[in-house]
This record gives sequence, structure tokens and C-alpha cells, in this order.
Amino acid sequence: MLALRGVSLDIRAGEVLALIGENGAGKSTLMKVLSGAHQPDSGSVEMEGRPLALTSPSVARRAGIAMIYQELTLAPHLSVEENMTLGMERTKFGFLRSQTQKVEAALQLLEAEDILSSRKVRSLTIARQQIVEIARAIVSEARVVIMDEPTSSLSGDDKQALFRVIRKLREEGLAIVYISHFLDEIDEIADRYTVLRDGESVGQGLVAESTPESLVEQMIGRTIDEMYPRPNHDTGEVVLAVKTVHGTALPRGVSFDLQGREILGIFGLVGAGRTELARCLFGLDPVVSGGIELNGGAEMNLSGFQPIKALTGGLDYLSENRKDEGLAQNLSIAANTTLSAIRKTSRLGFLQLEEEKATADRLAKKLDIRCANTSQPVSALSGGNQQKVALARMIHHDSDIFFMDEPTRGIDVGSKHEIYELIHSMAAGGKSIIVVSSYLPELLGICHNIAVMHRGSLSKKRPAEEWSEQEILLFATTGKHQPSFVAQ
Amino acid sequence: MPTLPALSSNWKSLLLPFIGLLFVFGLFTALIYAFEPDNLSAFLSSRNAKTVITQTVIVGIGALGMTMVITSGGIDLSAGSTIALSSVACALTINAFASGEDPATIGALGMTAAALVAMATGAATGAFNGSVSCLLKIPPFIVTLGTMLIARGAAEGIAKQSQVRTPENALQNFMQRKPDPEWLFLAPGVWITLALLIGVGITMRYTVFGRYIYALGSNESTARLCGIPIARTRILIYTLCGTLMGISGVMSYAFLGSGDPTTAVAKELDIIAAVVIGGGSLSGGQGSPIGSIAGALIMTLLVSGCSMLNVPDYSQKIIIGFIIIGAVAVDTWKTRRQAAS
Repeated sequence: MLALRGVSLDIRAGEVLALIGENGAGKSTLMKVLSGAHQPDSGSVEMEGRPLALTSPSVARRAGIAMIYQELTLAPHLSVEENMTLGMERTKFGFLRSQTQKVEAALQLLEAEDILSSRKVRSLTIARQQIVEIARAIVSEARVVIMDEPTSSLSGDDKQALFRVIRKLREEGLAIVYISHFLDEIDEIADRYTVLRDGESVGQGLVAESTPESLVEQMIGRTIDEMYPRPNHDTGEVVLAVKTVHGTALPRGVSFDLQGREILGIFGLVGAGRTELARCLFGLDPVVSGGIELNGGAEMNLSGFQPIKALTGGLDYLSENRKDEGLAQNLSIAANTTLSAIRKTSRLGFLQLEEEKATADRLAKKLDIRCANTSQPVSALSGGNQQKVALARMIHHDSDIFFMDEPTRGIDVGSKHEIYELIHSMAAGGKSIIVVSSYLPELLGICHNIAVMHRGSLSKKRPAEEWSEQEILLFATTGKHQPSFVAQ
Repeated sequence: MPTLPALSSNWKSLLLPFIGLLFVFGLFTALIYAFEPDNLSAFLSSRNAKTVITQTVIVGIGALGMTMVITSGGIDLSAGSTIALSSVACALTINAFASGEDPATIGALGMTAAALVAMATGAATGAFNGSVSCLLKIPPFIVTLGTMLIARGAAEGIAKQSQVRTPENALQNFMQRKPDPEWLFLAPGVWITLALLIGVGITMRYTVFGRYIYALGSNESTARLCGIPIARTRILIYTLCGTLMGISGVMSYAFLGSGDPTTAVAKELDIIAAVVIGGGSLSGGQGSPIGSIAGALIMTLLVSGCSMLNVPDYSQKIIIGFIIIGAVAVDTWKTRRQAAS
């Protein structure tokens, strides 16, 4: 396997270096080399002028290189302190010695004094857990902190809080490598950038002197006229009417209409209940009260609703979590593609494996899923291609209404664009799609209409053109519309 | 009509599990040749081959059921107790049909009824495991641990804490190395195991239910998302597993010639080991019926080979223990290498 060929990177103290590139460009392999998990065939790493042999993760860690992975690596059942000192425990006569002071100092540095060192990590939000993970890097006296897609599960305020933390680290003289697909984030936080493509470093420079367009072009090696295509088709009659749906905690009395061929964006901060809303409507989370009307039919009470009923009713759901929920990772692409509509490729309870393969091959070709063949396990694919398998399953099941929860989370620019195009062609072909996202530019770009969630309640839906970014954030944070809008 | 794709393209994958078996066989041949050359001809005899194959039947049939459960991400610790309970149920049914010591009174009807009662007993135990685990949301490890004691106690209770002896009958010939009639060549129990292997193999590979087994084991959340009836599928898996333990119980009765409530103690561990040696993963999503049978054969061959080498019983246990760990280590290593390439 040749994932990297000729990458040069220099990381400077007191600076944030953005590492950008498509999935498969070699970012994660480079990370593995820097964290000591993989050994390069050639090349060298020098730290402060001295050569450094990164032969194992513990060597890298001792040398002061800390990794913050996309998926957090904390032990949920241990306390904040135990997590932050894991592997760095200090003992006296074999007994653990408290390092509370050190831990609290690190949290204080990150302006997160409110995180008690004795709290169990699982009781913290994802955003707070991430802070703990960064604080762990400080406790371990890291000099270089490498962050892989750190904002992929954060929104608004949490993201800003993270950026403040990153700036703190920079002030403290640490070197930060920031890996992200979000170019606006890079614009906001990074000083310099290096672009990887096909395992090579193809460009670098100062962020201040770059434009998003020039970065995208360098990443994918071609120009993209429009990152976010606008829908250019009209919507039809109401196909789904949601009537005051209450979940166990969230959502709280949400009502809205969805029209045929409509792409409706639902924006919300983490904890606003946007994912819970989609899950309730698909029967994954329990609904306390409320119902839906499908295609103008009678109202259907949602208590006791199950995914199996939702699928029969013509709904489908794309999970925000491909690894733990969306896909059966060690099953083949073909098996995953046909899983929700297995009756279509079986007769009398027997699988028609050739038909199944033909179906999967056809969809893999249509969605440009890059794989050796469709009997490969899904786990062998990159994030973008995995997401396409999940979408292929939805297309194969052929429901009329789709809930897509963070459809482009953690996938590369090229795949994102393909997925936007796919959403458009599905909608133009008669499907109605609800896109749940914490990424505003995406929603403002690709949706007909947008509604915003705040603490379990949903704003009125308005055409995307009528929302401004400020208005959306105002509602997301306060639950209030701008006075000018209310007056209308 | 359902069509089955040609099996021929899969010959390689079907034979793969037997490479380990061949390896163990070759290893013991070499060891016996080196250390106990007098026993070599006995070890290589067709008689010994038949013995090994016949002795694999009880664990083998159990392993077929366990393969489904383990592949679906579950576990059945009550297997050994279920086998004992079924064997007692089988013997008691025989006695219910027999009047006096005259075997003729049992007849084909009595023997069929005995086998069916044993299977129903196993199925009921399995259905209990599946239902309690699914409906009360208790991990199958705990439920089947409880059932292990419940079924064992029930077996001892209905057998009045002793062996249940029966008049001689043809069912007892099912595990004879020399079958009657002789043209069968192998014991009827072996042929039944083969038939069950084909049945379970086809079920797991070529049916929707089989796909659900893999999907549940690979990722239950995905299965739910895709509208798979999780509770119903799981209960069915445990019920089928229990039924196979029931058949294994009939074989146990045939082997011992009586219903023994104390038989098959800790047999579930042999059965689980056979599945794991055969490529099953205790975290679910992976398992192969033919692999499990190969695993069961490896375990019997080990016992046979060790006794030919005059290795004492305790060393056999140590060796088998290492083989289990080794088999899984090799498998993990292979998976990792595949993932890396």
C-alpha cells in the first residue's frame, strides 16, 4: 500500500498549520506516521533540529506529539482526572497520587474551570469531552497537537469555544496541526496551510493570502464553479405534515409541513434536538405525543412508532453515525445496500445473490462508489464512499421522504459535492428530503427552505434566500426571530 | 422457485476451514511417528477416523446451533444443560412407550416421538432464552447462565437424580461406529450431522433469515434502522439453536444408551470453542457452520491424537486451551493483515 509518496511538512511553534486534502489524500496516514503508529519507508522527522525516530505511539507521545482524533478516545466510565492522566499516572508505593492540581491548571488554561475533575466523562457533552481531550495534551506537556476534524460534531458556540482554546494553545507556544474539511474554519483559525493530494503535498502558503476557491481547486485538482448547487426545481403538494411531536425530552411540540420534491434544511446547535426530531419521526426515538399525516391522509399517532413501520410508510433515515449505526461495517457493500429492502432481491425467503450483486453493482456505478467490488466489506471504504453506500441503500429501498442527518459529515469536498448533486437529483425526481445539519453554508446553499431548532422547538420554515446567517444563529441561540421579521 | 447460485465457485472458501484440521492431523501423525511409532497404524486407521468422526457428532451438532447464535452477536451458555435435559426427555419418552423389557413395543413411533420430544424440549429452552433476553432486555450471557442451572436442575429433577435406563432400541445404534445396516458406512448420527450442516449452511448463506443473523451480529442498530424485526429474529435464532441442542441430546442418549442428567457438563465451552476455532467471532457478524464443524473435528482429533501419544489427560486440556487461543490469534492476525493491505 502506497498512501504517501513525498510529503514534506514543517510545523512551527506558536502557529496553527491547516492540513487539508480529500479523503484518501493521505492525511490519516500522515497522522499515523507522526503519531508513531506507522513507520515510513523513507524520510525523516526532525524536532527542534534533532532527528526523531517515531518508532511507536509511546515514543511520539513522550516526544511531545499529542493527537486529538475525530472520534474521541476517552473512557466514558472514568472521571475527567483519570482520563487526563491515563497512561501518565504517578504512583507512590504503588498507589495512585492525585494530580488534581495539574489537571485543574490545564482546564483553567483552557478557560474550562467549570469541568470538575471528578466528573465522569460520559456525563459531559461531546464538546466538553473534546476540551478534556485537549487538556490531556497539555497535562502530557505536548509541544505539537494534531487535531483531526475537531469540529465535526460541534456547532456554533462550541466551535467558537474550541477556537478560543486553539488560540490559547498557540499563545502558549504550541504548534497545532489542524485537519479539517471546513475551509471557513481554516480561514478563521489557521495561519498557514498545506494541501495534500494523492499522498503528495501539492501546495502550501499563508491562509491570509488564499481564497476558499483556490484551496478547493488545489485539493481536488480541478475547479468547482459552485460548491453548493442551488435547487432549480419547484416543490409540490404537502406530502408530510408533522403535528406537535413531543419526544421524551426533545423535541417539544414540533409541527411543520414538507412538500413534494422539497429539500428542507433543519439547522440547530448541538443539543437543540434536531437529530432527535428526525429520529422521532423515523421511530428510532420514542414519541410521547404527536402524529404525522402522510400524503394528506389521516393523522397517524406516533407513539409506539418503529423504523419498520416508518419504512413501510415511505420514510427513510440516513444516520449521522455511519460507524455505530448507519452501516453494518463487516458486511459487504452489497449486503448493506439491500438490507432495508431485502424482499426485492429474495424469493420465498431465499436470497437471490446474483440479483443482489447486480443491484449493488448498478448503484455503486451510479453513485460512483470507489471499491474493488461490491463484496468488499464496508469497513474497507473511505468515509465518503461509506456514506454513498448508505445512500445507495435508501435509493434501493425507494421511500418518498428521506431524513438525512448530517449527510456530509466527515467526508471530503469532492464526495460532498457529489452528495449535494445526488440530493438535488433525488428531489427533482420526486423525493422529499429533510437535511439535518449543523453546517450553515451547506443548508443555505442546497435547500429550498430552512427551519431552525432551539431547545426542542422549531422555527417557522422560510425559503433559504430569506434567511440570513445572523438570523439563523439568533434563533438557534435565543429562540427569537429578529424584530424586523416578527413585525412582518 | 428459489435458485441457489452454483456452489462450485465457493469450493475454496468451503474447504478453507479444513486446512487447520489437516495441519493438526499432519502434526499428530508426525509426533506419533516420532514418539509412539507403535500407535501410528492405529492412529491412521479408518477405524480411528470413524471413531473421531462419530465422537464429533454431539459437539458438532451443538456447534451448528451455536454458530447461528454467536454470529448474531449472542451466546448460549445453557447448551450443555439443554443437551442433558433433552437426553433425559428422550429416554423418558422411550420408557413411556415401552411396556416391560420388550423393545418391540417401542417401535418406530416411540423412537420418533422420543426424538421429537427431545427436540421440542431443546426448542422450548432456546425459546425461553431468546424471549427472556429480548423482552426483558437482559444480556444473553446472563439469561443463558441462568438457564444453564435451570435446565440442569430440571434434568436432574425429571430424571429423579439418576440415569434413566431404557429397554434396548434402534435409536441407540445412531452413534455406533459400525452402523446397522452396514452399507451406511458411518453412524446415522454422522449423516444427520452432515444433513444439518448443509441445512444450517444454506440457511445462513442463502436465506433472508441468514442475512438477518449476520446483520444483527454485525450491527444491531443498523438492523433496527433497516426495519429488521430484531426480537422475532433473535427468538427464532435461539429457538433453532435449542432445537439443535435437542438433537444433540438425542445423540447423547444414543451414545450413552440412557438419559443422563449429569452428561455434557461444560459441553457449551467445547461447543463455543469449536465455533471460535472455526472462524466465529464472539463480537458477532462472523461465523461459518462448516468452519465450526471443522473446529469440532479438530477438538476430537486433538483428544484422539493426545491419547495415542499417551499424553495424560491434564496435558490434553492445556494443549486444547492453547489451540483455542492460537486459532483466534491467527484469525485476528489475518484480519489485521487484510485490513492493512
